[in-house]
Amino acid sequence: MLKKTHTFFLVLVLLLIAALTGCNGSDKASNESGSQKTIKFMHLWPAGSSKQQSLIVSDIIKQFEAENKDVKIELEVLENEQYKNKIKVLSSSNELPDVGFTWAAGYMTPFVEGNLYADLDDVLNEGLKDSFVSGTTEAYALDGKTYGLPLELNIAPIYYNKEIFEKYNLEVPKTYSEFQTIVKTLSDKGIAPIALGNKDRWTGSLWYMYMADRIGGSDVLNKAIDRTGSFEDPALVSAADEIQKLVNENAFNKGFNGLSNDEGKSEFLNGKAAMYLMGTWELPNFTTNEELPKEFRDNVGFFKFPTVEGGKGDIDSWVGGPGVGLFVSENSKVKAESKEFVKFFVEKWGEQAVEKAGVIPATKVDTAKIELPQLYIDVLNELSKASNLTLFADVQMSASVAETHLNLIQSLFGNEVKPNDFAKKHEEALKAEERK
Amino acid sequence: MNKVMSNKKVIAMYIAPALFLVLALIYVPIVQTGYFGLMKWNGIGDMEFIGLKNYSHLINDPLFWKSALHSFLLAVFSALSLIGYLFISIILAGKIRGANLLRKIYLIPMLLASVAIAQLWLKIYHPTNGILNTVLISLGVDNPPAWLAESNLALYAIIVPIIWQYAGFYILIYYAALKNIPESLIEAARIDGATPLQIALKIKLPLIMNVIKVTIVLAVVGSLKYFDLIYVMTDGGPNGSSEVMASYMYHKAFKGFDFGYGSAIGFFLLVICLVVTFIISKLTKTKNDTY
Repeated sequence: MLKKTHTFFLVLVLLLIAALTGCNGSDKASNESGSQKTIKFMHLWPAGSSKQQSLIVSDIIKQFEAENKDVKIELEVLENEQYKNKIKVLSSSNELPDVGFTWAAGYMTPFVEGNLYADLDDVLNEGLKDSFVSGTTEAYALDGKTYGLPLELNIAPIYYNKEIFEKYNLEVPKTYSEFQTIVKTLSDKGIAPIALGNKDRWTGSLWYMYMADRIGGSDVLNKAIDRTGSFEDPALVSAADEIQKLVNENAFNKGFNGLSNDEGKSEFLNGKAAMYLMGTWELPNFTTNEELPKEFRDNVGFFKFPTVEGGKGDIDSWVGGPGVGLFVSENSKVKAESKEFVKFFVEKWGEQAVEKAGVIPATKVDTAKIELPQLYIDVLNELSKASNLTLFADVQMSASVAETHLNLIQSLFGNEVKPNDFAKKHEEALKAEERK
Repeated sequence: MNKVMSNKKVIAMYIAPALFLVLALIYVPIVQTGYFGLMKWNGIGDMEFIGLKNYSHLINDPLFWKSALHSFLLAVFSALSLIGYLFISIILAGKIRGANLLRKIYLIPMLLASVAIAQLWLKIYHPTNGILNTVLISLGVDNPPAWLAESNLALYAIIVPIIWQYAGFYILIYYAALKNIPESLIEAARIDGATPLQIALKIKLPLIMNVIKVTIVLAVVGSLKYFDLIYVMTDGGPNGSSEVMASYMYHKAFKGFDFGYGSAIGFFLLVICLVVTFIISKLTKTKNDTY
């Protein structure tokens, strides 16, 4: 009897081991049969949290499969963070999907250096290049070659609450001194002038970037980062100084350094703060999002970051950048088909994204053809007038410099670092990176 | 049955699966982490062997030692909080009315998920709408601090919920240990004229000393490797003022893409925990210790 139990137990263990190891082998055989080709495609818009985007994607895939009968798209969908993690794991074992999502500049660099992304210049040169807004594909270029095709484009205007502005007889500011008057008026009345959640740190970085742009012109920060210039440029130091002045004038809501972006944003959404500087990905919240009261949504306008008197910056220069983009795996067995698919995807996405999902695509949009809320049309019109687009600083920088930058931003806003040291520490971090 | 249980082959067979899992899932990764710590690796490309550079960098990294100091502070506060919990447990284990209900009340925070606790305390600490500041303002405090946003307060503000979180756990352990003391011993002491205080200090405490030692190790080691509430509530901020060793490791590895250095920190953290556990067990050593 006892012997039997042990035999049974042993068999059970063996079965378990077999089951654990056996799961792998089965799915390989089916793909390569016949002339059918399979493109593995991973994206990060699950139907649950990004319904509209997800619908557009499946629609595009269906169209592509209908036009290319011998190609099948195999889909894998993950949430943002899981997606990033899985890509990291897959890349270390050289098993990236044929087509997937990537981010620009700093995020992309290690993948490109590891020869994991295919260069997509041939796709761009087939006429696709002209349909992109200028400055968007550049963010996906490294050493003159483009490795990703951007899908989204965001710029960061300052949203404001028209009701609050009207109540205190305030006008949209054109210059920085007008802006400071607004800040002063509001903070005297006990209203937080600007909503900010700086626990996430890149939120504060936006303010700093604009300040640097308006004081020193559009390339001073870029040059400091790509090492053709220095971070100790007087313009970058005085931008830091201006930020601290704003903080000391109580321009931001209380405790912003401990609040996440969402918490900071809620100050604006509740009408407790008058202004909010954020990317255009927030536009749905101010136009179509039914969860926010209509009176509030109708009261949101936006303006461009004002020019600083005596500064070199131009009011039509924006901080922003492309969001996610598509890459094709260098080691893909179906590279030609994948490139075809990527091209098809970008074109179709550009036609539908803004209208159906409220996402501004990186390709040019013809506002005359589509029906959109006025706020979107205004933003798109501004976008076509844009003189410059500066990519988010933390995206431009390599990961470790970006961490230093973000921490310094938090200390700058928290009055814990002097503008000079702020610049000096950036310079040190950038130099250390250069030496590597 | 006895015969089977003393058969070495059978014992080995029963132990093997668990041993295998522990080896594969815990010890192998530990060795691997130590190995990665010798590499320069961004988590994606090829690894490059750089010997002990990560470790020598670690020894000279002021930010790491700052986070280590924060971890030790947390450990000290957690250990001190045990005194409070012990005191509460002694009262609960005495025959007071409603002890049962109180015990449940203390236990409830432990049932909440860390992230839920973090969200709860984020609301409490909210600089303008939070309960804490609302109460302070209504008490006439003019400009209450913005707790988690102030670099000199953030760490302490976050230690409070961490300690609060584990109250139920330690109280439950102490309570169970105290209830295990035979009633006859206490009865005898009482007959000999011992005061309740004497009974608590001279009879109950020595009898649960082993349990106390275990809880000290748990509290200290748990604090040294603590991560979750800090990650959710401040993410180590503002500017590293609430960074602890584990969150520093996370930032280096997953935000800074320096997995080599991150692994070195992780391995060092393990060494620190081992050393501290060893020291504590030495310090509190008595006869008949077995763990």
